[in-house]
Amino acid sequence: MKKETASIWKQAFTSGLIAGGTAVLVSLVGLVEAFGDIYIISGLLTLGELILFAPILLFAYSAIRRVPNQPRRVHFGMSAVIGLVAGLILSLLVLIGNLVDLRPIFVNASPALFDYLTRGVPVPLGLVVPPLTSLLAALAGFGIFMIPERPRKAVIMGLLVVILLGTLRDQVLLASAAQLRPVSAVLRAVVFSSSGLKPLGALIVFLVTAGLSYYGSRKKAVAVTRTTSEQKRKRIILYSIIMIVMLLLPQVLGLFYTEILDTVGLFIMMGLGLNIVVGFAGLLDLGYVAFYAIGAYTMGVLTSDGLGLFNLTFWQALPIALVVTWLAGFILGLPVLRMRGDYLAIVTLGFGEIVRLLVLSDWLKPWLGGTQGIQSIAQPQIGSFTFDKLQYLYYLILIGIGIVAFVAWRLKSSHLGRSWMAIREDEDVAQAMGINLVWTKLMAFSTGALFAGLAGTLGAAKLTSVYPHSMTFIISINVLVLIIIGGMGSIPGVFVGALVLIGLPGLLTEFEDYRLWFYGLALVFMMLTRPEGLWPEARRKLELHDEQTTDLVPEQDMAPAATFSE
Amino acid sequence: MFKRRRQRATFTDIVVWAIGAVIGIAVIYGTFVTWRTAQYSAEQWINLTIDGLKLGGVYALIALGYTLVYGILRMINFAHSEVFMSGPFTAVFLAKYLDSIGFYNDHPIISLILITLLSATVAVTIALLLERIAYRPLRYAPRLVPLITAIGASFFLQYTFRGLYGNDLEVYPNMDILDGTVAIGSIDVPKTDIVVIISAFLMMFLLYSIVQFTKTGKAMRSVSEDKEAAALMGINVDRVIVSTFALGGASAGVAGILYALIFHTAHFYMGFIPGLKAFTAAVLGGIGNVVGAWVGGTLLGLIESLGPNLFLSGLGVPAANQLKDGIAFAILVLILIFRPTGILGERLSKAKA
Repeated sequence: MKKETASIWKQAFTSGLIAGGTAVLVSLVGLVEAFGDIYIISGLLTLGELILFAPILLFAYSAIRRVPNQPRRVHFGMSAVIGLVAGLILSLLVLIGNLVDLRPIFVNASPALFDYLTRGVPVPLGLVVPPLTSLLAALAGFGIFMIPERPRKAVIMGLLVVILLGTLRDQVLLASAAQLRPVSAVLRAVVFSSSGLKPLGALIVFLVTAGLSYYGSRKKAVAVTRTTSEQKRKRIILYSIIMIVMLLLPQVLGLFYTEILDTVGLFIMMGLGLNIVVGFAGLLDLGYVAFYAIGAYTMGVLTSDGLGLFNLTFWQALPIALVVTWLAGFILGLPVLRMRGDYLAIVTLGFGEIVRLLVLSDWLKPWLGGTQGIQSIAQPQIGSFTFDKLQYLYYLILIGIGIVAFVAWRLKSSHLGRSWMAIREDEDVAQAMGINLVWTKLMAFSTGALFAGLAGTLGAAKLTSVYPHSMTFIISINVLVLIIIGGMGSIPGVFVGALVLIGLPGLLTEFEDYRLWFYGLALVFMMLTRPEGLWPEARRKLELHDEQTTDLVPEQDMAPAATFSE
Repeated sequence: MFKRRRQRATFTDIVVWAIGAVIGIAVIYGTFVTWRTAQYSAEQWINLTIDGLKLGGVYALIALGYTLVYGILRMINFAHSEVFMSGPFTAVFLAKYLDSIGFYNDHPIISLILITLLSATVAVTIALLLERIAYRPLRYAPRLVPLITAIGASFFLQYTFRGLYGNDLEVYPNMDILDGTVAIGSIDVPKTDIVVIISAFLMMFLLYSIVQFTKTGKAMRSVSEDKEAAALMGINVDRVIVSTFALGGASAGVAGILYALIFHTAHFYMGFIPGLKAFTAAVLGGIGNVVGAWVGGTLLGLIESLGPNLFLSGLGVPAANQLKDGIAFAILVLILIFRPTGILGERLSKAKA
């Protein structure tokens, strides 16, 4: 027993070291300073501090969770150790930074950062500050662990909403400024201060959301017994409310937000397409941007009067562009799809790069414009009405999403969709069941391409220009990340993923530099802890309910696949 | 297998072979035109060949990391390009420091060794962290999961290094003894090129010897053959995997310095394209095969530097060198379509088929 407790303290110490290392890394990468000015709760907590101390809190929490049966004082001691050790490492960073100028190597190791870490206290005394603050963070982790299961979820929900609202204070106020002035005045008076939430406001927001979440979680347990028709009616009401809100959004929000919405919309469309390829059929396509590019460029070549090759209108060019991308998906897929898994990923990545390089090259410049891209692409027109504003295009994109989502949804439970999923689960078995692998995969690939092509044509119309430099690998990764975070194979997951990963960074401009950092982290973290995504596919959810064991499901998937791939 | 294919030549096969034939004819025709019109002198060709050899050496060293890890885990370590980037991007600061105190040009060889050691150490550290944090927990997950993790890790590392060292292009200080050329026959060859080619070859040979003749290497080969059987024979599979990552990281670190000697710069994004090409090299030579990595790397370097001038300009493509990356990726695609086992890979054909 004594030995066991000794190893627990050792574990706590190691956790503290790792937590401290993470905090140092986060500081040196520049996150702490970059977000240091964004107050979540004015005067109390900034986003930078949150990012700095969140790992310490999480490490403390997960370290305690690993040994749930220990007495409370051990848990308390463990979190204290983790907090102190992590804090001491931060102090060490401050000390080194004060003795040596680290800036020639680590660009972010500025005096401002160290000031921030010591909360402005000058150094000899300031070295005490990081251990104290990180001790607080670790004890907060202990506190969260102490709350019983169900209220804990509510508390976490409340905290998340507070963080979100506080961070997006400017956006929330600005968005509602135009039409909903009285609302924003009330919000300003009660909840928000000049930066972030007022402490009282934060408390109100926290209590309201935590309360709602607690109430909601209780209700959900009852909801199972409700009749299906009642559920259906409720769902229809909910959907119509969402529809009306969606229709009104660009009128209420300004140009800036509509632009973000349009981008999110295009990504949703691409996400729905890639979701078919990756989520349904399990084919990892890393060159997906190629199809967006082909759609956009076909639209450009056909309609641009800058090039003057065809001078078609948007509606004339649209079907041609769609057929071209569908065919491109078909033809590119034909040779590639005989490969499996990771080879396929690399080959599609290669294809994406080849398309970009071809578009960039001088060779095809007379047709594709080379580095300058194509300008003055036609915008859609109905009669004499031109969709020349982002607000108007929003509706076109909305219609496009509607069609694409409907097709994806219908395909999912069709014969083809079930064949895709069979292939995803196990290729050999699927083939043995009489599924034509190549044909089925081709259909997935070309349907996905078609959706990206549609997004491409609308994207070209939105910007009235296309540039090769916007067709990078990063776009493919963005789309991939959003469907993985949302939940592979899940259609609502695509919407969630796009809103979270494209919408939020669009709102927070400070985020832009660190966007891919967070994406990378999110991918790794998701794969390690929750490979099914934020909004898992219904089938998998069903499995979860059957088994009542959340953690087992991915492993069940793993077992047969692992034996086959060996 | 060939017989079966002939019996059932499907629509796909016909299209694939037709594409292959078109590309083959285009390459041959382009080459023919270039030769006949004699656009380039013999000296230019030799210079291009040397360029190809030195790039090929670097690719081969990076490819080794892919090949070793693939051989053992059957997984593409997508983040290996960032392992490659981490070394030179860190070592550039040491090089600058040494330059500022004058040590760099006074003791160039010691400096080079120090830089290389630092680069390799950083690369090994990153590779090991990657293995421990991201890959080990997922060793028995479905194939897509570790691959996605690797992609995520790749971006995470890229932007971590960008955050740490900044967004700027870091320039390696010039080393005086590497300036100038050496006359070999009638050709003047830059000293840097000679150093790069020779050290890449030596490094490759060293790594080959480690894999082929040491006990660790033997363990690696046996684990790549059959993990369970190796474990039954008393081999610590975890440790072997760790040493594989370490070996791959070390060779990537050295490759990074050679790359820096050629291009003199380091940047957080420098890993992506060489990484992809090195992967191509690994596939070209036959993934999982150490000699294959060398063959593939050298061949890819040669094709990449000769190809645009050899057949693309013959086909009348203007500014053909813009497309040299395109050629590399096209080779990747073609190899995977027509001979996924690569030039030297035989053993894996069974596993893949």
